[in-house]
Amino acid sequence: MKKKLVMIGNGMAGARCIEEILKRDADMFDITMIGDEPYPNYNRIMLSNVLQGKTTFNEININDWDWYKENHIQLISNERVTEIQREQQQVVTNQGKVIPYDELIIATGSSAFILPVPGNELEGVVGFRTIEDTERMMDAAKQYKKAVVIGGGLLGLEAARGLIDRGMDVHVVHLLPNLMEMQLDREAAKLLQKDLEKQGMKFLMEKKTTEIYGDQRVEGLRFDDGTSVECDLVVMAVGIRPNAAIGREAGLAVGRAIQVNDYMQTSDPQIYAVGECAEHRGIAYGLVAPLYEQGVVLADVLTGKETTGYQGSVLSTQLKVAGCDLFSGGEIHESDDTKAIVVQDQLKGVYKKVLVRDNKVVGVVLYGDASDGTRLFSMLKKEADIQEFTNASVLHKAGEESGIDVASMSANETVCGCNGVTKGTIVGAILEHGLTTFNEVKAVTKAGGSCGKCRGVVEAILAHTLGDKFDASAEVTGMCSCTTLSRDEVVEAIREKGMHTPKEVRIVLGFKHEEGCSKCRPALNYYLRMLRPDEYEDDKASRFVNERMDGNIQKDGTFSVVPRMYGGTTTPEDLIRIGEVAKKYNVPLVKITGAARVGLFGVKKEDLPKVWAELEMRSGYAYSKSLRNVKTCVGSQFCRFGTQDSLGLGIRLEQEIEMVDTPHKMKMGVTGCPRNCAEVLTKDFGVVCVENGYQLYFGGNGGTEVRECDSLTTVATEDEVVQMAKAYVQLYRETGIYGERTAPWVDRVGVDKVRMVLENQDQVEKLAARFELARDTYREAWSVTLEDEQRRNMYTIEQR
Amino acid sequence: MSTTMNMIKVIKLEDLAIQIGKEVHVKEKSIAIFRLSNGDVRAVSNRCPHKNGPLAEGIVSGEFVFCPLHDWKISLVTGEVQKPDDGCIEVYPTEIRDGYVYLGGL
Repeated sequence: MKKKLVMIGNGMAGARCIEEILKRDADMFDITMIGDEPYPNYNRIMLSNVLQGKTTFNEININDWDWYKENHIQLISNERVTEIQREQQQVVTNQGKVIPYDELIIATGSSAFILPVPGNELEGVVGFRTIEDTERMMDAAKQYKKAVVIGGGLLGLEAARGLIDRGMDVHVVHLLPNLMEMQLDREAAKLLQKDLEKQGMKFLMEKKTTEIYGDQRVEGLRFDDGTSVECDLVVMAVGIRPNAAIGREAGLAVGRAIQVNDYMQTSDPQIYAVGECAEHRGIAYGLVAPLYEQGVVLADVLTGKETTGYQGSVLSTQLKVAGCDLFSGGEIHESDDTKAIVVQDQLKGVYKKVLVRDNKVVGVVLYGDASDGTRLFSMLKKEADIQEFTNASVLHKAGEESGIDVASMSANETVCGCNGVTKGTIVGAILEHGLTTFNEVKAVTKAGGSCGKCRGVVEAILAHTLGDKFDASAEVTGMCSCTTLSRDEVVEAIREKGMHTPKEVRIVLGFKHEEGCSKCRPALNYYLRMLRPDEYEDDKASRFVNERMDGNIQKDGTFSVVPRMYGGTTTPEDLIRIGEVAKKYNVPLVKITGAARVGLFGVKKEDLPKVWAELEMRSGYAYSKSLRNVKTCVGSQFCRFGTQDSLGLGIRLEQEIEMVDTPHKMKMGVTGCPRNCAEVLTKDFGVVCVENGYQLYFGGNGGTEVRECDSLTTVATEDEVVQMAKAYVQLYRETGIYGERTAPWVDRVGVDKVRMVLENQDQVEKLAARFELARDTYREAWSVTLEDEQRRNMYTIEQR
Repeated sequence: MSTTMNMIKVIKLEDLAIQIGKEVHVKEKSIAIFRLSNGDVRAVSNRCPHKNGPLAEGIVSGEFVFCPLHDWKISLVTGEVQKPDDGCIEVYPTEIRDGYVYLGGL
């Protein structure tokens, strides 16, 4: 009979401890984990990266459901332990389950501390701790404008930056005069505040919150000095509170958290505690590194391995905010028996301080350039004697080039502070398992698996160990989770092997799922039709809903209808008909769209074919990855400054390029003079008419990331403009990644490369000809559906 | 099983295109019916548990549908939302008789 090991909690510290136990002896225990979040365990530290849009929920899972299965761990998720019955050696859940144990580990972690002020229960007040919290913040950012983060510590600042990245106006409220006072001294804190202010973060320092006001949803905060601030979202990041209640109720010794000895044992020898819910020598830790160290010790204890026990941790901190490079470890403030070595470069905004006691480093604060952080922290942990260094060279070792010098790092120096991985472990893993990429090293050693700040060092070690064999850029990601092959590899294989159908591609190239996923299905459909315009039959089932239904799906399942208006022109007859149709079908919103057309929003699916038929207009393709519109000014026909017929040229461009699939949507513009009323310099393709011809521009974008166009060339006639536009679109079609706008495409392949191809008249003619070949295979979408009964059938809803 | 259950005739099998969902309303419930590439016909509630996305409009791969609003992946066999998301939708038994699709469990 195996011993029954039960863990209350399913967070990072707990899961890590179980991993360590399995590593030592996979067959020793029957393991049950009980977690109250409805997820497998995930990397909580990365939530701020999710909020900042740098990663997704999918990517922060530490162990997925399969991990539990493979290791025969029984996971009870979405359920809470309400009682530990010590005498019977069993725990009881809120669903009434009774689970007996031989050994019990409490790993309940902690909760966000919510200030006990009036109004803290209002809608829009959240902590920052879980996936739910993060989702609530992301949702709020979509609907609301103003946010306040209470707490100018590590978590608060990361949350604030994330909300700014999501378009909110953010104030950070802090009780004390300095940010991150637990980790930074005054000098560093001031530099940090200045850099964050430059990023648009606003600060309300030395303010104590007395009330959160609002009716149902939060409307603002009041402070004890009588001032107030308005907001629609409050994020509490004032600290954490260990979840120790379960231990207290079971009669275990509890101080700030559940008290444990050096072997992570509570006052009941069969019950252990690990992580943020545990208090060791009076300290309850809230950073990941010590929690992992505790997990390792507990695994040794439970599997009967020799251990010296847990001796407490010296902490180090980094901040995951772009543009703020900081490192802090050990002691922060000078005392009577410490001496400080300080370097400050006000021009570069760099500040470095090392605190020394008895010739040993006891504290490190770095701001602006934290590249020495790991090395200095390692000296601190090893208690290295620094007598051999001159004072200034402690901060920068003599003869060392700036940056990371992995060659001189000793094997037991820590590279990944979160997971306690040394350089020796990484080098060993690289050689033993033949690893060549950062992700492989991460998978095997866990280095870089938590906050990810040490990626640069890990890559430097890879380069040092592998020599020329290491190529950081080789690590391109696959087009979706079905394959590790990149876009170029897939397209090349289709060309080379002469494949004809998406299914064939997926089977021949060994896609993980034979029918693909929502990412690769539309992409393969695009690539195949692009490569074989004359023979490939478009697969409607592989199209995203908008392109399958020829309308943009709205959040309530209705659709939008945007008819074509070439160059932004219309007629009285069309306008009257649009009005009549909108009235007849009770269209809730009629709006001029961003692409200068009239849009009908909120049309029911079953009404779409009737609306199209009665409009008697062409589709504006406002839902598709193809040319949306050509924005124009009125030009020389009416404008007294106009140099050419920009309106006529715009209409012609739109007519000749519409309908053809491109990797992503495209917008074009033609403006009649350099006053640029049609705003063409942020379009995928822009034309500025001048007295002697047409200046052409490309690769602009006015959306997510604004990019100004690069200049292509100047041509003399309208025909040349149209030919160049076709060649350019075809080049983008043939080399772009599905889903990539021209702006990132131009940056990826290179402005000069695009220019070089399009400077060659022979190439331009060939590209334009290939475009026309493709163009001939397209027919206006709405009329095609209206003529085809089976297609119309897609829009009907049977009533039974 | 089917003899004890009250099956409702809803749609002609040939009106279901392979891998393209079809919305039907039965007893005021919105139901999404799918004909999978292996020929199976599956029926589920037409509301994604996340934000009520119309699943009938999603991309279908194997036994899974991807919600058109936020790309949640849901099994049409078990009704279970796939990781990392969580949840479950109702699944209705189907039967083909004389070229028609019948639904049960309603």
